[in-house]
Amino acid sequence: MEFILPAELKEVPVEEAKLYDLIIIGAGPAGMTAAVYAARKKLATLVISKNVGGQTLLAPGVETYMGYQYITGAELMRKFEEQVRQFPIALLIGEGVTKLSMKDNVFTVLTSHGKNFKSKTVIIASGRRARSLNVLREKELIGRGVSYCATCDAPLFGGMDVAVIGSGNPALTAVNELITYARKIYNIVQVSVKADPILIEKAERSGKVEFLSGYEVKEIQGEDKVERIVIKQTKGDKEVVLDVGGVFVEIGATPNVEFAKDVVPLNELNEIVVDCDCKTDVAGLFAAGDVTNVPEKQIIVAAGEGAKAALSAYHYLIES
Amino acid sequence: MALLSEKVRQEVENILKGLKDGLKLVVFTQEFECPTCEDNRILMEELSAISDKVSLEVLDFVSDKEKAEYYKVDKIPAMVVEGKKDYGIRFYGIPGGYEFASLIHAMMMVSSKSSTLSTETKEQLKTLTKPVHIQVFVTPTCPYCPMAFQMAHEMALESPLITSDMIEATEFPHLNLKYNVFVVPKVIINEAIEFAGALPAAEFLKHVMKAER
Ligand SMILES: Cc1cc2nc3c(=O)[nH]c(=O)nc-3n(C[C@H](O)[C@H](O)[C@H](O)COP(=O)(O)OP(=O)(O)OC[C@H]3O[C@@H](n4cnc5c(N)ncnc54)[C@H](O)[C@@H]3O)c2cc1C
Repeated sequence: MEFILPAELKEVPVEEAKLYDLIIIGAGPAGMTAAVYAARKKLATLVISKNVGGQTLLAPGVETYMGYQYITGAELMRKFEEQVRQFPIALLIGEGVTKLSMKDNVFTVLTSHGKNFKSKTVIIASGRRARSLNVLREKELIGRGVSYCATCDAPLFGGMDVAVIGSGNPALTAVNELITYARKIYNIVQVSVKADPILIEKAERSGKVEFLSGYEVKEIQGEDKVERIVIKQTKGDKEVVLDVGGVFVEIGATPNVEFAKDVVPLNELNEIVVDCDCKTDVAGLFAAGDVTNVPEKQIIVAAGEGAKAALSAYHYLIES
Repeated sequence: MALLSEKVRQEVENILKGLKDGLKLVVFTQEFECPTCEDNRILMEELSAISDKVSLEVLDFVSDKEKAEYYKVDKIPAMVVEGKKDYGIRFYGIPGGYEFASLIHAMMMVSSKSSTLSTETKEQLKTLTKPVHIQVFVTPTCPYCPMAFQMAHEMALESPLITSDMIEATEFPHLNLKYNVFVVPKVIINEAIEFAGALPAAEFLKHVMKAER
């Protein structure tokens, strides 16, 4: 059994009146790595984030972050946080950024608690969040069988039949987490499974998983809890009804960019477009990790991009 | 073998150095301990051994029936975090994973008798006239859960009318069935009001105040 404690706090005051060198939005792998690199360059840095750890907190086990053969996402983020707290970095945790704007080369960041902060540069590292299916009764049945966090909710589906919607690594990770608890798991896949072979093999070996490829969810049914789902062929009219008590939605994620839409160009997937130095089109504004158009949404990639973004911000500051 | 690793034990020791007043962990188990009852008791024994400001009382759910009734404990493993008085802060099921940090938070809070709730929230809570029972269902792997029940526990500290239970959902399947718990955190207030997710204080408070009607 794990016993998780928050990393020890070294309080650095958060100051509204100050002009920061750098504000980092988000404290996932990208934001925290950027913070450490910025601190080593002695930039006056403020990190604002809704939480510490980001999506990685939801990763049950990470086997792809070098230096650790296996580590839970929570433990890895705890180690990141400890490293951040070695440095005099101001942290404002528990508040979201609601608006980013720029005037006369100074960025202003507004938070959900109505605070205003100013900075010469900004790194957006706000990551992504789960996408919803947008089908009938999905919203009403959230928390009544519809879940977007297998790591959190899987233990509640003991002995039940459930469906996991999605074809990528997160979907197969959810499938594998449910194997311990659920009786049967349907994996509903639009085209074909695209996850790592190692995850697919584990699911297959369990004997509990039925893959239904070429289907999408038409609707979820149930009065006060999920009772069944109706799936329909992606290229055809055949419909199948599955009696399930749980629907885990793992169909990818959408970037957290609402606060920055007016300042920075996005691509068709709503990702912030950056060059290989993590620069955006706006001078002094950088972005890193899952929120950007950089391919491969992985912890190690996000961390690396965070490092690059901080160093780019540093070079920008000394050159301007 | 100890449940807490030496590293965690030392970290806890450091945190507990900040305890102000003494506090008591009242643990309920029974003669033939359920597996998590035993782990829960051992964990609390280890915790109370770390600081002399923390005392421990281990009670038997069956033979100490009056005590169970006094604390309104209706299932085990159970634990009451008691300070100068009983603030109504309960943990049902072993507080592992993220819940562990929240147990430490509750201990610090009870010892200092101070919460992080805003003045407005505290003022609102003072207007309560009827008892409010908040149950927060959680799992040890849910990173959002501590936010929900730490808030409930803080409200219990501030209001003598509020009792707040953390319930480790995987240990009480019959309650999941009763309350349709399919997501965590899930909050049930006075059996009638329910919501899911970790809400900001103001939203959480609105649900609590509904209990007045
Ligand atoms: C279930 C699951 C399992 C995974 N498993 C693995 C794995 O095994 N290996 C691997 O390499 N990757 C894995 N990933 C992917 C990995 O978690 C991400 O690639 C990585 O977390 C991206 O880091 P990030 O810092 O860019 O963004 P995020 O982790 O999304 O962090 C963003 C941060 O920004 C904050 N934020 C968001 N909006 C705002 C706002 N408006 N204001 C302030 N703060 C804000 C968030 O609270 C968060 O702290 C997994 C992902 C999931 C969901």
